[in-house]
Amino acid sequence: MKKARITLITALSGLLLLGASAHSQAESVIRIGLGADPDMLDPHLARTYYGRFVFAAMCDRLVDVDEKLKVVPGLATDWAWSDDGKTLTMNLREGVTFQDGEKFDANAVKFNIERALTLPGSLRKSEISSIDSVEVSGPMQVKFHLKTPDAALLSQLTDRAGAMLAPEAAKKPDFATHPVCSGPYQFASRVQQDRIVLTRFENYWNKSAYHFDKVIFLPIPDASVRLANLRAGDLDLTEGVAASDVKTVEGDSKLALAKVTGLGYQGITFNINNGKVDANSPLKDPRVREAFSLAIDRDALNQVAFEGLYTPSNQAFSPVSPYHVNTPVSTRDVEKAKALLKAAGVTTPLNLTLLVTNNPTAQQVGQVIQAMVGEAGINLNLQMSEFASLLDRQQRGDYQLSLSGWSGRPDPDGSIYSFINSKGTLNDGRYSNAQVDEWLSAARLTNDQAQRQALYTKVVNQLQTDMPIAYLYFEPRIFGMTKKLQGFKAWPDGLVRLAGVSLAQ
Amino acid sequence: MLELIVKRLLLAIPTLLLVSIMVFALQKLLPGDPVLAMAGEERDPAVIAQLRAEYHLDDPIPTQYFAWIGNALKGDLGMSLRTKEPVTSLIASKLPVTLELSLLAMVVALGIGISMGIIAAVRKDTWVDHTTNFVALSGISVPHFWLGILLILLFSVHLQWLPASGFVPISEDVAQNLKTLLLPALVLGTGLAATLMRHTRASMISVLKADYIRTARAKGLLAPKVVLKHAFRNALMPIVTLTTLLFGELLGGAVLTEQVFTLPGFGKMIVDAVFNRDYAVVQGVVLVVAIGFLLLNLLADVLYLLINPKMRG
Repeated sequence: MKKARITLITALSGLLLLGASAHSQAESVIRIGLGADPDMLDPHLARTYYGRFVFAAMCDRLVDVDEKLKVVPGLATDWAWSDDGKTLTMNLREGVTFQDGEKFDANAVKFNIERALTLPGSLRKSEISSIDSVEVSGPMQVKFHLKTPDAALLSQLTDRAGAMLAPEAAKKPDFATHPVCSGPYQFASRVQQDRIVLTRFENYWNKSAYHFDKVIFLPIPDASVRLANLRAGDLDLTEGVAASDVKTVEGDSKLALAKVTGLGYQGITFNINNGKVDANSPLKDPRVREAFSLAIDRDALNQVAFEGLYTPSNQAFSPVSPYHVNTPVSTRDVEKAKALLKAAGVTTPLNLTLLVTNNPTAQQVGQVIQAMVGEAGINLNLQMSEFASLLDRQQRGDYQLSLSGWSGRPDPDGSIYSFINSKGTLNDGRYSNAQVDEWLSAARLTNDQAQRQALYTKVVNQLQTDMPIAYLYFEPRIFGMTKKLQGFKAWPDGLVRLAGVSLAQ
Repeated sequence: MLELIVKRLLLAIPTLLLVSIMVFALQKLLPGDPVLAMAGEERDPAVIAQLRAEYHLDDPIPTQYFAWIGNALKGDLGMSLRTKEPVTSLIASKLPVTLELSLLAMVVALGIGISMGIIAAVRKDTWVDHTTNFVALSGISVPHFWLGILLILLFSVHLQWLPASGFVPISEDVAQNLKTLLLPALVLGTGLAATLMRHTRASMISVLKADYIRTARAKGLLAPKVVLKHAFRNALMPIVTLTTLLFGELLGGAVLTEQVFTLPGFGKMIVDAVFNRDYAVVQGVVLVVAIGFLLLNLLADVLYLLINPKMRG
């Protein structure tokens, strides 16, 4: 109707005006390259890192993080903890509507949290399982009552667990293919493995901060093809630029680069006690694991495999996290490694097998490590496996060592608890240390940053000798973009936030 | 003839059943668990167990198979485990991409293959023949992947004439559609062109030796006319049959080509589905491809009979 009237007016106002109006109505579009196709577009069921890019543009969360990973207001304007740390009160933003016209209020928050906790197959349940109940304490105020204090909860609400879905739409069975949230961009269409298209949500509460009419996500798995698209002008921005391609981007006068150390790490998990581990497996002895780690020169690995762009690591907390522990990364010490092996009663050469994903980068890392530990008397076989099989074997304990990683979470708990706690769901080596468990649990129960830092420091230092995982490096988040793109900043969580971003004509 | 077609179609039913059982069995042999593959980082064992139950992955395999085949007969191929989209609508959206790519690639292959084959046959054992043979051999040997990347670098990155990847449906914009498919069709077509060229050459050489060609030449007919009108028409028979069979090979090539150019077609879908252990999608696609193969083989036989009446029993 509205369109028809505009057309009528322009038709009447002559050719000149027609041209002008066509100009002013030109759509502004941003095309963003992703490393893989996201899975289902339901924040409570979604699993992939790449889905989070889409949710960041489509769904507002209760709270968000800033560039320093500090929690900042989102759909909640302010919040407060009770003294016992068991009640979190949030005041909600007024005048927010969902993309289908539903009103955002305390009832909507209650609905969303309950859906995340009870929906079959919800992957958010474990992230916010400390929530016992949600109380609607006012039209625009909610109280989260917790079973136990949970320092990581607020941080969880900055991601998918805090995404607010339109309640009526979320009750329908096809929500995953027709998602409705309250973010600046709404779902328009999707072709699997080809594109996901979002369009501007006209009634967004903060509309003026967003400058595109349309956002198109294009999954292109091959990094070199992604780069070719960027250079050819078929993408405006891409995530996941390979370290080996950085020079190419820097050498292209039409392109710019943004890089930030991410939260994700790669490491080698030792199978200590999972599945069919031989009772006298040498990997049960922490001295053997430490020897393995000492034989690796992390700086050289970074230079050889990643052009020196990565950050050598000895812990789960990246330097961008306030919980990063300043324990220097051990320098390579082959003699000490040999001595440790000898002390552990190992006859060299010790034969071990490392599982590696069958992609070129992981293979190269495997080969470099193979050469390094070889000099300490460890004969390392590399076993290539595609990702699905690797995960399966790692989970079942059908492996000795496995090269795998974690994309990282803003709160330290999300990067360590599940992997290191003896009952952790992702503890594939079955490492177990009661003292470490105690520290990890205590760090969950307090909101005091200094106390938490002290506890995590103890954990990190203990892991230097226990060595359940030989942390290798932190991956940077590297974005390539056209020079016309203005206002883009790389955040440590690696997501793309479009507020204030625009394309110069 | 009609009898043959009916008989073949009836025979197709057990074949398809066998294919579906094999696909089902094969994917159960694949290492890795679909739910775990989908879970990626988020591997909460409780959730995984719940999902396995939801998708009936813990049921005995025969039970799973009969449930699937029962629905398939009703035209319901289930739902993608990964995105919750119905498999039938996924297939319907991807099929046009691969069909169009295959047809264009075939045009490329026939254009290059037949013309080079004729030239090589006419100039048999000269340097022209050796050169075309060498080029053909290179065409067979060059990996799709490598050629694709090179073409992207040349035409998209340096010259910026063509898009590096992606796809625009023909219904949206014909020119853009052809632009997105030109390079992939070229890559896919060159591999087949070589095969077609070798067969055309062999077929032409045997025809050119025949008596009636000598007679035609003796009558003083012009060489090009002889070659194209008399010889080529007869040499064409085996090529027609071969072409229908080569469509099957195209599908194999399409898998790689679609990966390189990120074309959302059948090939890319099946590779991604296998890596993600999205069994519902793998089964659906293989079934449709198997039907396609059976139909193509039938078509090849029918064409052969039409061209070569002597074979009719």
